[in-house]
Formats: sequence, structure tokens, C-alpha cells
Amino acid sequence: MLVNRKLILAHFWFAFAVFGVALTLGAWQMFIRSPIGTWLSNPELYYRSLTAHGTVMGYVFPTLVAMGFGYAISESALEQRLVGVRWAWTGFWLIVIGSIMAVIPIALGRASVLYTFYPPLIGNLFYYLGVVLVVVGSWIWVALMSINLRVWRKAHPGAAVPLAMYANVAGSYLWAWTAVGAALELLLQIIPVAAGLKNTIDAGLARIFFSWTLHAIVYFWLMPTYIAYYTIVPRAIGGRVYSDSMARISFILFLVVAMPIGIHHTFADPQVGAGFKFIHSAFTALVALPTLLTVFTICASVEIAARLRGGRGVFGWIRALPWDNPMMLALAFSFVMLGFGGAGGLINMSYQLDASIHNTQWITGHFHLIFGGAIVIMYFAIAYDLWPHLTGRELIDVRLIRTQLWLWFVGMIVTTFPWHWVGILGMPRRMAYFDFGDPAIAPQALSVTFSAIGGFILLTSGIMFIVILARGMRAPLAEAGAYRFAVAVHQPTTVPVALNTHALWVALMIALTITNYGYPILNLATTAGTSVPAVYVGAQ
Amino acid sequence: MSTRDLFTFGNPHFTRGVGITAAILIVTAIAGFVVLPFAQPWVQFASVWDAICSAAGVPQRAASVTAPEQAKRLSEVVLTSHTLSRPSQEAIGRGATLAQRCAICHGPTGISRADSPNLAGQYAAVIYKELHDFRSGARSNAVMSPFAVNLTEEEIADLSNYYAYLPRPSAYHPTPQLPKPNIVIYGAPLRGVAPCGACHGSLDNKTGSPWLEGQSEAYMKAQLQAFASGERRNDISQQMRNIARALTPQEIEAAAAYYASQPPDVVKAVD
Ligand code: HEM
Ligand SMILES: [Cu+2]
Repeated sequence: MLVNRKLILAHFWFAFAVFGVALTLGAWQMFIRSPIGTWLSNPELYYRSLTAHGTVMGYVFPTLVAMGFGYAISESALEQRLVGVRWAWTGFWLIVIGSIMAVIPIALGRASVLYTFYPPLIGNLFYYLGVVLVVVGSWIWVALMSINLRVWRKAHPGAAVPLAMYANVAGSYLWAWTAVGAALELLLQIIPVAAGLKNTIDAGLARIFFSWTLHAIVYFWLMPTYIAYYTIVPRAIGGRVYSDSMARISFILFLVVAMPIGIHHTFADPQVGAGFKFIHSAFTALVALPTLLTVFTICASVEIAARLRGGRGVFGWIRALPWDNPMMLALAFSFVMLGFGGAGGLINMSYQLDASIHNTQWITGHFHLIFGGAIVIMYFAIAYDLWPHLTGRELIDVRLIRTQLWLWFVGMIVTTFPWHWVGILGMPRRMAYFDFGDPAIAPQALSVTFSAIGGFILLTSGIMFIVILARGMRAPLAEAGAYRFAVAVHQPTTVPVALNTHALWVALMIALTITNYGYPILNLATTAGTSVPAVYVGAQ
Repeated sequence: MSTRDLFTFGNPHFTRGVGITAAILIVTAIAGFVVLPFAQPWVQFASVWDAICSAAGVPQRAASVTAPEQAKRLSEVVLTSHTLSRPSQEAIGRGATLAQRCAICHGPTGISRADSPNLAGQYAAVIYKELHDFRSGARSNAVMSPFAVNLTEEEIADLSNYYAYLPRPSAYHPTPQLPKPNIVIYGAPLRGVAPCGACHGSLDNKTGSPWLEGQSEAYMKAQLQAFASGERRNDISQQMRNIARALTPQEIEAAAAYYASQPPDVVKAVD
């Protein structure tokens, strides 16, 4: 029952439009700092582009996808009209205004601070206010998801909350809480300086606040992808979810362990005690658990589909899968990229190994593979799956869709594998140009060239994606029927309270945040003499 | 079971969820705060509590180590981009009177004919910092130091405001304009040298960095060499010494010649 289609389409269209722009910037960045580009005479332009690319890809694009998808889930999984449509539009417009407000100072070169804010570098006030508006807009969505679930519960006392909605609300709570870190950094530290009320800033404390956000935001980006794994793919390929409880356990595990691990982003920072680094590192190891559960459950669900289609043998069933189905293809590509990215993640999370790749191109290679690859390819899949239900028109060109997914997969591999490699060789990240004529880094020229070519493959794929969706708006009308989610082998009628509500897990999430972040934050906040003068972008 | 019973020990999800989480936390805390600190043979802890404090990151002053004796004075000036940003007319007037003493070298309109820096239109924070450093001895010069030792805080501020207020010598073209050398716009990425232009204009400007356009070539070259040899050391956190040491003699020549050939009215232009 998708009633508010315009609302959902607005979210998706704005998301994909800004994605297209940021993707173009990404391809340009890759090209301009590769041996096939010529050196920029003004590195400032690179950092403007990088700030815009990171801000859009990190804050605006995934947030809008999660929100649009969340509204779609709420209406179709709960079979209930969205409560608070007016608020939902308010949230959407806040994000639109916030994005524009943030991008203008970036374009003018007044906020080249990169999306991680990089204090004591301080940019134009409006950049930060724009980011705050984006976050506030998304918090409206969090509240609406919670309210809609509550309304449904009143009407269905004791009933099992549909898995898609359970996971969706878990994701929204995770986002609500993890965004608090960056919000504190912005409101207490950066904005007062950007507004001219103060001119020193405690950069070490700011980094801790940001790390509070930085890890779990990744899981917030991941949520739509995981929801699609569990609730779209099995249905689309004619299978069933292997275990509904396993799915719920994965999502609540994300809620609990995604938060208290962010200090793994500050392994190289001197202002955090080694004991806390160890605890965060150990909890980081736990976060692999829900992903391993998911990989297992989804493989089992896919196997069910294959066996229903007559597949046999220990591995022979793989051939029986519907490989021409875009959902199947997207899932397989996503898993391959998740596998490689996960393996790289093991290196990042270990204190000693991390030292050798810290701040190198390895890091950017890693998160492009996981985020730009494994996660975003499922955003494409979600859009393709929902589109006929949102537009009331069929997406006819399945061949083109398959090509687009193939190109994204191949492009991502071609871009990120050499990207990891040059990182291991020590090439630093966030640099506007590299002197490949110097014998010290001449051997990396070839790898960087491959990455640049991969970037253009990705750009081509991204353009195709937008073209496919745009053509889908003008295709012949066709009733797509009700939007449905996958059912489980044993579809639950009742679920234990703990796995039907979020309170216990939200409480654990907050408790662990306090134990793992409380002292480091208090310590830095109360130690005198830890602030440094702010460095203003484009000052004097 | 109803929602009310969720947070009770009768609920196995609650008991197990909280129990497992607490157990992991306790085990990792013991490992991180007690076991691992003592596993480092090269660190000595007085007690378990000492180890825990160290692992928690409690700031400690090591008793046995004293700060190394500073052989030479370093700059003590703290600059922010708001330093002296709103001068009054009276301050500028007082500065003008005081500046008559400086005119013999820096020129009556702040434009020097003696290979001393042109001060007209220089950033106030820059002049403020250099005068302070001359006064404190962080920077020394046979001519400048005697002038600076007797200046009061207010006089330094007034002078800085006065020179910042003077118009930059706009139509002043010492030599034909040279094209930008690599060191100015690219720096030397592999030697960790940021472009000069990232702080001194052309690309961007950072607080406390002077603009250099139209300054004396001989003067700039001498300063770069002094930074490189460590003879001049009033740059905060060795910002300039680190760069100057990594420069080749050719790069020093090129940067000095380039900046000297630029008319000061291009300051801040981004191209
Ligand atoms: C055409 C495809 C893409 C290319 C060629 C590309 C390229 C780049 C490059 C060159 C950087 C800067 C690395 C550095 O200088 O350290 C970067 C940063 C980044 N990219 Fe991409 N990108 C692409 C797609 C994506 C996608 C799909 C996402 C996620 C949705 C994404 C998210 C980010 C983020 C968050 C940053 C960090 C910005 C920062 O370091 O401040 N990119 N990208
Ligand atoms: Cu992380």
C-alpha cells in the first residue's frame, strides 16, 4: 500500500541527482591527480571538490535513500498510511535547503574543510548550519518511523512487527543516536568558532566526538542494504528468508555493537588512552558477527530459491539461480565486494596493522569498495525494485539494468583494487597531486591510472542508472500490484518481546556508549590547555 | 510476556543480553587496563592503579623528566585571525606618529628603498608578531632589536594598525613579472613541502603569514637561508624552518625572485 509515492520519489530523485553530481566530482578527482591528468595549478579546487563529494556521498545521499526507503517500508510493510506526511515533507525540505546551504560556501572556496570537518580548520558558518539542517531533517524521519510503528502496534496488539519495519526502525534509532556525536562537535565546538564567538578549539576532543558518529554512520548507510538482502532479494528471486529470528538478531546486534567502537578511527591519536583503544578494537571484532550471520542467512535463503527451482548437489544449486534477474546479480556483486572489503576491514581494525595503512589511499580504497560498492549497488537494486510501484510504470529495459550493475561492479573493482595497493605502498590520501615523475612514486603511476579508468567506468554506470530511472518515469503504465516483502520459511505470528521491540537494545547501545566514551570525553573536556587557535579557511 | 516484563531478570533475552554485554566489557577492560599495560616490559608502573590511569589516558606529568632547557628564546606570541582586526582611528594616528622613527629604513610611506621589508598594507598581525619577537629576543637584528626593546604593548599594536592601514604600493613594479615557479604553487609533495602560496597568498592565506609580493629579493633570500640554517627561529612550531630546510638553493632563488617581481596589488588574487 504505497500511498505517498510523491514523497518517496522526491527523496529518491533528490538523492540520485546529488549522487550524480558527486560522482562526477569523484571521477574528476581521480583523474586530475592521476598521471593522465595535468597538475592543478590551484589545489584549493581539489579540496572544494573533495569537500562537496564527501559531504554529499556521506551525509546527503545515503540519508535520503534510507529515508525514502523507510517511508516505503512503513507504508507497505505495515499496510498503513504514513502518519505525519506533513512532517515528512518538512524533513525533506530541510534536507534540500541544508544541502544547498552547505554547498554554496563549498563552491565559493569558503568551506574546504572536508566532510570530516578537520578542526582546527574552520570554514564558513553556513556550511556547518547546512549540515545541521540535513541532520535535523533526518531526525524528523526517525521520529516518524517510531510514531508509525507505535500507531501500528496500537492497532495490532501483540502481533509480530514485520521484519522490514523492525529493521528499519532499528536503523533509524542507530542513526538518531550516532548523529549525536557530530551534533555535539558542531554545536559545542565548531559552530561557536565559525560564528566568531570563540577562536580556539579543542581539536582532540572534536575528533572523539566525530568518531562517535563515524563508525555507526557506516552501519546506518548499510541498513537499507541489509534490509534489501533480507526482505527484497529472497522474494525477488523466488526464495524465502531462511530465519526471521536470525535476521532480527543481526539488526539488534548492529544497534548494540556499532556504537561503542568508533575510537578505532583514532588509533593514531595521542589524546586517547591505549586501554580505550583496546576496548574499542575488541568490540569492533564483534561487529563482524551480525555480518557473518547475515551472509549465512542470505546464502541459505538463496539456496532455498535455487532448490525450489530444481537445483541440486552441494554446489550445483548455484547454477539453478535466476542469474538474469537484476536482484540476483546485485546481491552477488554486493557479496563479493563485501567479502573483499570485509577482509580489508580486518586490517584496519587491528591496532598494529592499521599503523601501516593509516591515512593512506588504502583507506579511501577500502571505503569505496564497501560503501560505494557493496552498499550503493543495493541502493540501485532497491530503486529498481520499488520504481514500478512508485511510478505505476514498468522498467522494461532489464538488459540495460544488468549492464549497469555489471559496469558498477567491474568499475568498482578496477578502481579500488589498485587504490588499496598504492595505499600499501604508502601513498597518502587527501592530496591534490602527486609527482609521478619522481622515482620514489613512479611505480605507482600505473595503478593510479587504472583507478582513474575505473572511475570513468563508474561514472558511465551512474549515468546509465539515472537514465534508466528517468526513462522509467515515461514508460507505459502498468499496475505493479501491492509492494511485498520476502516471507520467512517459518513466518512468525508471535515474536519474543525483546525481538519485537527495540527498547532493550537501545538501552544497551546507550549504556555502552557511556562506558566506552564517557571517560575519554570527560577527561578531554575537563583538561585545561588542550585548545588550539582555529585556522580559518580563506581568512585575511 | 508483555513489554512491562522486558527489563526483568525473568526475561531470558534481558538476562543474557545484559549479561553477555557486561561480561565482554569486563573482560576487555581487564585486558586493556591491567593485562596489556603490564605486558609491556619497557614501561614500569608503580601500582595497578597507575597502570589503569595510564591506559585510561589520564594526563600525567612524568616526575623524572624535566623540560629541556631552552637555549634560545622562542616566540611567545599567540595569533588568531581576530588579532588586531578592528583598529580605531586614534590607534592608527598614534601609530603614524611612532612610525616616523621607522621611516628611515622602511620608507615614509611604508615602502622601503633599502632592502628592508615594505610594511605598507602588511597584515597587522604579522607586524605585531615580529615586533613582539624583536622585543622578546626571539628574533634579533642589530638595527631592529634596539628599536623594539622599548616599545610598549600599545605602541606595538598602534604601529601594526598604522602600517596595515597604509595602502599597498599599487603601481609598484620592481621588475618584469615572473611566472609562478613550481615551489610556489605546488610545493614539493615528495619532500613534504607545502606550496609557499598556500599560506603567503597566491593560493590561500593563513593567519600570521605575511604577503610577500614586491618585497626585496635579497631580503627574502636572506630570511629563507636564515630559517634553513636555524639562525632565525621565531617561527611558531618551526613552520618556516621545516620548509626552508627542505628547499634546494635553486628553489630559494626561484621563490624569492618570483615574489619580488609581483606587484603587491595582486595579493589575495586566486588564479
Ligand atoms: C566515480 C566513482 C567515484 C570516484 C572516482 C571517487 C573518487 C574519490 C576520490 C578521488 C576521493 C578522494 C580521496 C583522497 O583524496 O583522499 C574520494 C573521497 C570520498 N568518496 Fe568517492 N569516488 C567515487 C564514488 C563514491 C561513492 C559512490 C561514494 C559513496 C556513496 C563515495 C564516497 C566518498 C567519500 C565519503 C569520500 C571521502 C571524502 C574525504 O576524504 O574527505 N565516493 N572519492
Ligand atoms: Cu569505523
